[in-house]
Amino acid sequence: MPKAKVNGVEVEFEAGMSVLQVAELAGEEIPRFCYHERLSIPGNCRMCLVEVKPGPPKPQASCALPASDNQEITTNSPMVKKAREGVMEFLLINHPLDCPICDQGGECDLQDQATGYGRDDSRYALNKRAVEEKQMGPTVKTIMTRCIHCTRCVRFMAEIAGQQEVGLLNRGEDAEISTYLETAVSSELSGNINDLCPVGALTHRPWAYNYRPWELKKVEGVDVHDALGSNVVFQVRGAEVMRVLPRINDAVNEEWLSDKSRYAIDGLMRRRLDRPYVRRGGKLQEASWAEAFEAVAAKLGDSSPDRVGVIAGDLQDAESMKAALDLFGGAGVPNLDCRQDGAQIGGGPREAHLFNTTVLGLEEADAILLVGTNPRLESPVLNTRIRKAWFLNNARVGLIGEAADLTYPVEHLGETHRAFEEAAGWGHPFAEALRGARRPAIIVGGGALARPDGGALVRAAAQAAQAFDVVREGWNGWNVLHTAASRVGGLDMGFLPRGGGMGAKAMMGAAGQGGLDVLFLMGADELDTRAIGPDTFVIYMGTHGDAGASRADVILPGAAYTEKPGTWVNTEGRVQFASRAVFPKGEAREDWAILRALSERLGATLPYDSIGALREKLISDHPAFGQVDYVPTGRPLDLSLVGLDGTPSDEPLRSPVTNFYMTNPIARASLTMADCSAVRVQAPVPMAAE
Amino acid sequence: MASRIAQALKGAALLDFGKAFGLSLKYIAKPKATVNYPFERSPRSPRFRGEHALRRYPNGEERCIACKLCEAICPSQCIIIEAEPREDGSRRTTRYDIDMTKCIYCGLCQEACPVDAIVEGPNMEFTVETREELFYDKERLLANGERWEPIIAKNLEADAQYR
Repeated sequence: MPKAKVNGVEVEFEAGMSVLQVAELAGEEIPRFCYHERLSIPGNCRMCLVEVKPGPPKPQASCALPASDNQEITTNSPMVKKAREGVMEFLLINHPLDCPICDQGGECDLQDQATGYGRDDSRYALNKRAVEEKQMGPTVKTIMTRCIHCTRCVRFMAEIAGQQEVGLLNRGEDAEISTYLETAVSSELSGNINDLCPVGALTHRPWAYNYRPWELKKVEGVDVHDALGSNVVFQVRGAEVMRVLPRINDAVNEEWLSDKSRYAIDGLMRRRLDRPYVRRGGKLQEASWAEAFEAVAAKLGDSSPDRVGVIAGDLQDAESMKAALDLFGGAGVPNLDCRQDGAQIGGGPREAHLFNTTVLGLEEADAILLVGTNPRLESPVLNTRIRKAWFLNNARVGLIGEAADLTYPVEHLGETHRAFEEAAGWGHPFAEALRGARRPAIIVGGGALARPDGGALVRAAAQAAQAFDVVREGWNGWNVLHTAASRVGGLDMGFLPRGGGMGAKAMMGAAGQGGLDVLFLMGADELDTRAIGPDTFVIYMGTHGDAGASRADVILPGAAYTEKPGTWVNTEGRVQFASRAVFPKGEAREDWAILRALSERLGATLPYDSIGALREKLISDHPAFGQVDYVPTGRPLDLSLVGLDGTPSDEPLRSPVTNFYMTNPIARASLTMADCSAVRVQAPVPMAAE
Repeated sequence: MASRIAQALKGAALLDFGKAFGLSLKYIAKPKATVNYPFERSPRSPRFRGEHALRRYPNGEERCIACKLCEAICPSQCIIIEAEPREDGSRRTTRYDIDMTKCIYCGLCQEACPVDAIVEGPNMEFTVETREELFYDKERLLANGERWEPIIAKNLEADAQYR
């Protein structure tokens, strides 16, 4: 390995590293604005100047200079300090002195670095430059006078998000960051440019002026708005989660977060169920926990177990599903389902319903076939990995389903399952690519699963996977992209119909015709609850006044994902713990604790009194939950066991997500999501050609 | 023995008494050091740190921009601020509370303020009958500012040259 000296200390480094990276290896902090580990290197802020020998006797931008063997790098000489002070002075010439009203204040790179390299006064007597604000939509607030033209936002949009909507116009004094067509940024990842901005030019519009970074308590959590399980940190003040920022996990979300995961949190303070309700005389009336349990216990006591149904929603943690499984499964209820959308997957080997390639492994894939999925809507952060595979690996991406702009070139193979047969024939260009690929991957999404013929479609996809040999020694290219955060946890613990019990769709059908006496909805809101007949007693345990609560006969207020310690299993099968950031609202309680209390009332007390004991039971019953934050790659899978028998219909495959911003009760209660939906979904941005 | 006799003689001559009486006579003629509060008041420094006030600009716009530096620096943590964009988009507080029972009148809030919005005014007479009345809100602080603005402005001007 080549060696270099940083301030006299010798370090070994990998060939190809930049001088900045080598200096960081040696523990030297180099100030920078434009350089970012995950973006390309433009070298335009000039803040990272260092002295390098051998080389010209002038300071050099370390981010853009490749390190070479036997180089001597000096980062703390008077010359370097003077050069950086000069750069800082130029940057501050046009930067307004409005830190007190700037939302970046306290976490601003320019502020921090000015304490090290700034002068105490200005030598600039002329007027500062002023730049007009740009309209960038409901998530990005712009104060462009503060911009220092680092172009991190431009590079993020072009390279990671894959939508060239932001750019640097003009030159020199007139340079401006702008949306080219004066339109709102339409990317689902727009919030990340606010994180990337080293100054306060782009800030989070939904949270404008609401907090200062130093007054927030940080709690590590897991995102539940899609099945990726992005790692987040909840930042809390008092009883409110003020903001959600991504937590770096290279195996899951790198350091990106979708706008829904980030900005839907204002939904946690609106339309909340904060006390139990019981329907009396056709109207929901406030009640005490004792009265609510009384009503539930009376009804459950009268009903035979096979006329009771339990449906777990999309945001449930594994603990609450386990408690429900133990309570209702233990009582002999056969009608259990964690797939409220009717997805026909689960019950087989664990790998059959997982994203086996893993998110990290997807970067290595060189041919990817998407089946009935629009990853950009179902998991925008995962979509950036597919884009990365195309960007870095030149991966070819094929799509069977609805054609859509996925931010990278996609070869559209067809709309129905017939495309498998067509592609299986020799000579089809994408099929040839998939067949010849070193690391092929097939991603099956909700558009194929959540249909009456879902099982048959999965079988068709699995047969294609077999034909293309996507599961081989050391590589498993069979992937299922779920749409719900709770789904894999539920499938792993077997929260499925047992002994001829009904699935979610069948339960809803039965409830419409009086075939069910009691329907217990655990945060299940993506159902047509108006179709439930008057004879079915509906118990809703959840957080928001949404579809489930409006039809409920008893409402048991539960805790949202920020309000309980919980376990979620992401679509890869990665088990992740989240901590409690705030307490549940009002009278609401953690879901598992509600079920534990109810079990006592029903005379079948669950054998755990704490979340720790419940987790122990969960892990001993289902060992898959014991492996935390670890997913092996290349797990073997017998593809002939995947899917169900049947003939798929010729109906075109459609992604289950039509409106990315309205997929769950939290997002539907959020004003920011409503704004995003209004700007980005209902009224598509007119193109220049129109 | 001798000292006892001397003391006895001193006592008989009422010497101490005479001295003390003489001192009293001397001060009768001098001007008074005390003031007849509340009808008279002693002078107060422009830097006097009394009751807080939130100031406005001459055009009536409130100065406070919700930067929260006073809240951050307050050693007794008696200031609570909440903020959001006002209708015109500017950064303003929706809540500015000071718990006057916690405040130690150190003056760091006015030192931290970049726009001279929160100041400790000249007023020290704000006794109240209940504890709750000492939990000041934004309305109260702005009212203080309006009431004391002439003196506060004069004091700030007098002190400006030393800052």
